Amino acid sequence: MTTPRVRSIRTARGRGAPALPARRVRAVRTGGLSVRLDVRAFTVTVLLLVAAAAASVVLIGTGDFPIPAGDVLRTLAGDGSPSQEFIVNDLRLPRVLVGLLVGASLGLAGALFQSVSRNPLGSPDVLGLGQGATAGALIMIVLFSGSATEVALGALVGGLLTGLAIYLLAWKRGVHGYRLVLVGIGVSAIVTAVNGYLLTKADLVDAARAVVWMTGSLNGRDWAQVWPLLIMCAVLVPLVLGNARGLRMMEMGDDVSYALGVSVERTRLLLMVAAVLLTAGATAAAGPVGFVALTAPQLARRLTRSPGPNLVPSMCMGATLLIVADWASQRAFGADQLPVGVVTGVLGGVYLLWLLVTERKAGRI
Amino acid sequence: MSGPADAAVSGPVKPAAPGPKNAARANDQAHENTPRSTVNRLSADNVTLGYDQRVIAEKLSVEIPDHSFTVIVGPNACGKSTLLRALSRMLKPSAGRVLLDGQTIQSMPAKKVARALGLLPQSSIAPDGITVGDLVGRGRYPHQGLLRQWSAEDERVVRESMASTGVAELADRYVDELSGGQRQRVWIAMALAQQTPLLLLDEPTTYLDIQHQIDVLDLCAELHETQGRTLVAVLHDLNHAARYATHLIALRGGEVIAEGAPNDIVTAELVEEVFGLRCQVIEDPETGTPLVVPAARKARVRAAAAAVEGS
Repeated sequence: MTTPRVRSIRTARGRGAPALPARRVRAVRTGGLSVRLDVRAFTVTVLLLVAAAAASVVLIGTGDFPIPAGDVLRTLAGDGSPSQEFIVNDLRLPRVLVGLLVGASLGLAGALFQSVSRNPLGSPDVLGLGQGATAGALIMIVLFSGSATEVALGALVGGLLTGLAIYLLAWKRGVHGYRLVLVGIGVSAIVTAVNGYLLTKADLVDAARAVVWMTGSLNGRDWAQVWPLLIMCAVLVPLVLGNARGLRMMEMGDDVSYALGVSVERTRLLLMVAAVLLTAGATAAAGPVGFVALTAPQLARRLTRSPGPNLVPSMCMGATLLIVADWASQRAFGADQLPVGVVTGVLGGVYLLWLLVTERKAGRI
Repeated sequence: MSGPADAAVSGPVKPAAPGPKNAARANDQAHENTPRSTVNRLSADNVTLGYDQRVIAEKLSVEIPDHSFTVIVGPNACGKSTLLRALSRMLKPSAGRVLLDGQTIQSMPAKKVARALGLLPQSSIAPDGITVGDLVGRGRYPHQGLLRQWSAEDERVVRESMASTGVAELADRYVDELSGGQRQRVWIAMALAQQTPLLLLDEPTTYLDIQHQIDVLDLCAELHETQGRTLVAVLHDLNHAARYATHLIALRGGEVIAEGAPNDIVTAELVEEVFGLRCQVIEDPETGTPLVVPAARKARVRAAAAAVEGS
C-alpha cells in the first residue's frame, strides 16, 4: 500500500523542474540591514521614471511657442532667456508637475484599492470616489457659484465623504473585496444621479463651467495647485510605503496575514484613508481624470510580473501615463482641444487590451 | 538540512510501529530535541466564544500539552474551529482568556504572538503569479522589519522549510499550477518558515483525496516527532485523529466531553455521546490505535426501534 504512494510523490517531484530560470528577488545586505530588491520591478520603475522625465521635457517644449528640449533643460537649470523662463517656469512647468503628481496619486490610490479589495475592479473610478468628488465640486459651482479654490475644496470633501460612506456601508467584521466593489458601484450610481440632477438645475454659465471641470483637464493649472498636491504626496506616500509589507501579506487573505502578525484591520483602514485622500486630492486638482487609477496598477503589474501590490511601479506608471496622455491631447488634436481624461481612457484602455491579448497568447491568463 | 528531507522521503516506506509505543517514543524524542528552558504553554481559561450575539461555547477550558500532537474532533458546529480561532488570537473571547506563556494572548504584540504561534487557516489565497519560494518566504514576516527585510537567516529557514515538506524542487514553480496536495505542502512550508514552537492547523486535510490526506498527516507527525513542535489540528476523520494524535480533545456543543490519549478515551460509548453514532471500536490492524466502525444501518434502526418501545 505504501509503495505506490512514494512513487507518485517522486513523479510529482520529477515534473517539478524549475519553470523560471533564476530567482528574481535579490537581497541587499550590509551589516544587520537587509533590503529586498525585486530586480525586474526595480528596472521597470527606473525606466518609467526616465520615460516620465523625458515626456515632461517634451511636454514643456510643446505648445503655441515650441521650445527645443535642450532649451527646456537649460531653462529648468536656471539658464534660459527671460521669455523662455516665463513660459517654462510660470506657465508650463506647474501644469506638468500637477500632471505628474495627479498621475502618481491616482496610480498609487488605484494600486491600494485593488490590493485591499483583491479585485482589479476595486479601483476608485469604479467605486464612485471620482463621482463623489465631482458632486462636491458641482455643489460648489451650481449652488454657490464658488471660486476655483472653493470648488477644489468641495471636490476634496465630496471625495472624502463618499469614501467614508463606502467604508461604513461595506464594513462588517472587516471590509472584504466583493462587498466593497458592489457597495462602491451602488454608491457610484446614486452619486451620478445626483450629479445629473445638479447639472439640470444649473444656469447656462454655471453648467458650462461644470462640464469643463467634469471632463478632467490640466489646462491653466499653476503653482497654486502644485503645492497642496506636493505636500499631500510628501505626507501620504511615505506613510503608505511604510505599510506596504503588511499589505503584501494581506493579499493571502485576512486569516493568513493575521496569523503572520499583521494588524489587518488597522493597516487596511489606514491605507484606505490614504487612498481616498490621494484620489480626492488628485480630483480636486485636475477634475475626475478617468482610467488612470484602474489601468496604471494593471499595466505596472504586467510589466514587473511580480505578485504583490506593486505600489511604486504603479505610482510611476500613473505619472507617465498622465503626462503622455496630456502631450497626446495637445499634439494629436491641436492645443487644448481634448481633455486629458479622454486620452487617458483611450491610451490606457488600448494598452491594457493589448497586454491582455499577448498574455493570453502566452498562456498566462 | 538533509536530515528532515531524507526522513520525509523515507518516512512513509518504513512499516508503521504500533501506535502507543510510537506515540511514547515521539514524546521522548520531542523532549530531547527541544531546549527545556523554553516553556510554551497554550491554554484557554474559561472562555466564552461566539460571533455577534450567537454563543458557540461557554466557560470552555482547554490545555494544549507541550510537545503534543493535539487533535480536536467533534461533530459539525461543535465549536472546534471556533476554539482554534480563539487559541490563535483570531477571535476575542467575550469572557475568559487565552493564555500564551502565562500572558493573555490579546494583550501581546501581534508580531510577538506570530513568532510563538503559527496558524494555517482553512481559507488562504495564493496571490496571482506567486512562486512557491516567494510564498514560503512570506512566512518570515514576523521576523522581519523595515530595515531587516530579507536576511541570510530568512533564506536558510525558507530553504529548510521547503526541504522538510518536500517542496524544495518546486521553489520556482507558480503556486496556481500545483496539485491540491502539493499546494497544501507549500502552505505548511510557509507556516513552518514562521518558526513557531506552536503550530495550529484548521482542517489541513479537507478537499484532499485519501492519499494526500495521509501524506499531509504523515508530514505533520514527522514535524512533531523530529522538530519537537507542538501541533494542534482540527480534523474531521475520527480514525485519522485516533491514529495520529498523541492527545485528543472531543468537543460537543462547545463542551469538552473527553480528552486524553486516543487509546485511553476512544470508546464506542464516547463516539455515541459525541457524534450520536452507534459503532464498534476495534484495534487498527496497522497501528494498534482505536478504529471506529459505524454500526450497520439495520442494527442502528433496530436499536432506535427498541429504544422507542422501551420508553
